[in-house]
Amino acid sequence: MAKVKCAWFDFASCEGCQIELTNYGEPFVELLEHVEPVEFREAMSEKTTEKIDVAFIEGSFSREADRRRLEEIRDRASVVVAYGACAASGGVNALKNHQDDYAEEVYGEDAKRPHLDSQKALPISAAIKVDYEIPGCPMDKAEFIRVVEQLVHGTSKVYIPSYPVCVECKRRETVCRYDDGDHCLGPISLAGCGAPCPADGIPCEACRGMVDNPNEAAMELVLKENGNLPEQWAKDKSRMFTANQRGDA
Amino acid sequence: MATQNANINVHHVTRVEGHGNIVVNVTDGAVEKCEWQVPEAPRFFEAMVRGRHYSEVARITSRICGICSVGHTLASLKASEAALGIEISQQTDLLRRILKHAENFDSHILHVYFLVAPDLLGAPSVFPLVPTHTDVVKRALRMKRLGHEWGSCIGGRTTHPTRAVVGGFSSLPGGAKNVREAEDNLRELKEKLLAAVPDAVATFELLGELAGGIPDFTRETEYVGLVDDKEYGLYDGKIGCVMPDGSRELIDVSGYRSVTNEYMTDQATAKFAKHNMDSYMAGALARINLNYDMLHPEAKKLAEGLGFKTLCFNPYMNSVAQFVEAVHSVYMSVGYIDQILEVGLKDEKPAAPTKFGRGAGATEVPRGILFHEYEYDQDGFCTMGNCIIPTNQNHGNIQRDFDKLVPELLAMDKTEKEMELALEMLVRAYDPCISCSTHYLDVTFKK
Repeated sequence: MAKVKCAWFDFASCEGCQIELTNYGEPFVELLEHVEPVEFREAMSEKTTEKIDVAFIEGSFSREADRRRLEEIRDRASVVVAYGACAASGGVNALKNHQDDYAEEVYGEDAKRPHLDSQKALPISAAIKVDYEIPGCPMDKAEFIRVVEQLVHGTSKVYIPSYPVCVECKRRETVCRYDDGDHCLGPISLAGCGAPCPADGIPCEACRGMVDNPNEAAMELVLKENGNLPEQWAKDKSRMFTANQRGDA
Repeated sequence: MATQNANINVHHVTRVEGHGNIVVNVTDGAVEKCEWQVPEAPRFFEAMVRGRHYSEVARITSRICGICSVGHTLASLKASEAALGIEISQQTDLLRRILKHAENFDSHILHVYFLVAPDLLGAPSVFPLVPTHTDVVKRALRMKRLGHEWGSCIGGRTTHPTRAVVGGFSSLPGGAKNVREAEDNLRELKEKLLAAVPDAVATFELLGELAGGIPDFTRETEYVGLVDDKEYGLYDGKIGCVMPDGSRELIDVSGYRSVTNEYMTDQATAKFAKHNMDSYMAGALARINLNYDMLHPEAKKLAEGLGFKTLCFNPYMNSVAQFVEAVHSVYMSVGYIDQILEVGLKDEKPAAPTKFGRGAGATEVPRGILFHEYEYDQDGFCTMGNCIIPTNQNHGNIQRDFDKLVPELLAMDKTEKEMELALEMLVRAYDPCISCSTHYLDVTFKK
């Protein structure tokens, strides 16, 4: 079987998801028996103008100037995978989307310079058609491999669970953050990560996004009543990774 | 006969983190333009943290950079703890030092093997080396994996660590349910670290073989990095500066703005920084120039074996300094684990705030000194954030290296391709992490 020609591209992001790709250890060499990296700016000087089987895109669409580059990638690639929270949902970059003074706050009077033009941070799917999304901040590297496996074998559907993180906490017998005097977004957060954060003693911040039809009003109430968060914090809590999925986005 | 004409336009330098361009125009022997440009997409983190609770801030600013996310987490925690009047325990201090060493090792291995070594082996990337240098690639992947497991044991994971929180750690090493299990996890980590020594020796031998390919270029500059009275400056300390004549200065972290002096340039790429000279360098070379005597003896032996002498003014040697540091980190972490096990690990709750105000913190990330500063209101919500990353501090120094290097390359009759490679290798040597886009400013593209 011919190797799948893969290319990696990055937009507004921390590039942490591509770093996760270097954490597989020696088995990464086996992966290279099935996929052929043809372009990956952070790791390779080689470039290609030929057709790509799979384009992996990291980062948010946050500048109109990036639209053409994204369209070119779409034209060249048979399959486009948006990987990591920034690409799949806008991720942490969208935490500023509700503010109107973020540029002035950081750059002062230089904020008006044209190259600092940055609109709301949006998922890649806001600019081009995306075939698959791998959520998470960072993405789960085991999930990435499962998606690659399915693409290599030509499976039509890439499976991402649709139940909340609470299911995974129960499964691994993690004490609920609320029972530990903390708060958590687990009830409305998309699972699939294995719920590492509550197990490590910190709240789930919904980095993989929300489940379908999340009950945000009930979540806010739970944050206030069970988590003892003040009104405004409870209201703003889910902006960290899911600003674009909130009802007020 | 010197080179008379050259046009170099490298759009988005490869094998660096983030986006940077190199533009050089030489006509009839005159350098008309020689610029290091930074067109990274801005992300506005300092605006994002406003209104967020102190328990969330490090979790947000960690996302500034995927490869230095441990460092961003630690600098953020230290700044918040200074603002909140929190003293951390001895155990937290030691565990954080191990975590910091893990990141330094992890990132340095990635840089030396995946980003720099292909240049020295004459390959465009690591991938063509898989069939020709299988053992080297496997060793690189093995060492990278070790860095990941090492940091994950302490921090939960290496990309955006979970367990490091304001006041301490939210769970025990290895995610253990009890202290005994956590101590076993630390013992296991120590065994893994010691088992990596043969790989480190093999890397040393490889670097020794390849060292001839490192360009011979020097430019005297100021070096800035942490100086810690407990160890080679990495997790903690004061801001140390060393001048080309060897004179030194120590400045308290709270006065960091007097060192970074961020300013705009007419040529204008990112915000630049300068202290006593036109520019300064941060990173492994700065740290080793400031802290050479504090290196672990085993690391010092390797440094000597690689012909390292301080003060070293060759920026290309930064990659060699990184490898020396990586070995130092292995031995230091083994020592810290022993220290923790000797007194016995305790299940400690993170320390709570005693006040709400303003504070700054610094730590060394792989590519240099990093500053975070925050202010909190009486309810613990952030009202101001400021993050100054090392790559921004290095932009001015990269530009000044270009200014000296380009005429030297022309005088050596180098071809355009050779010049381009030398400039790209220089940028790579700094290991810039441009995705840490906190303070990027104007870019002008002269065509």
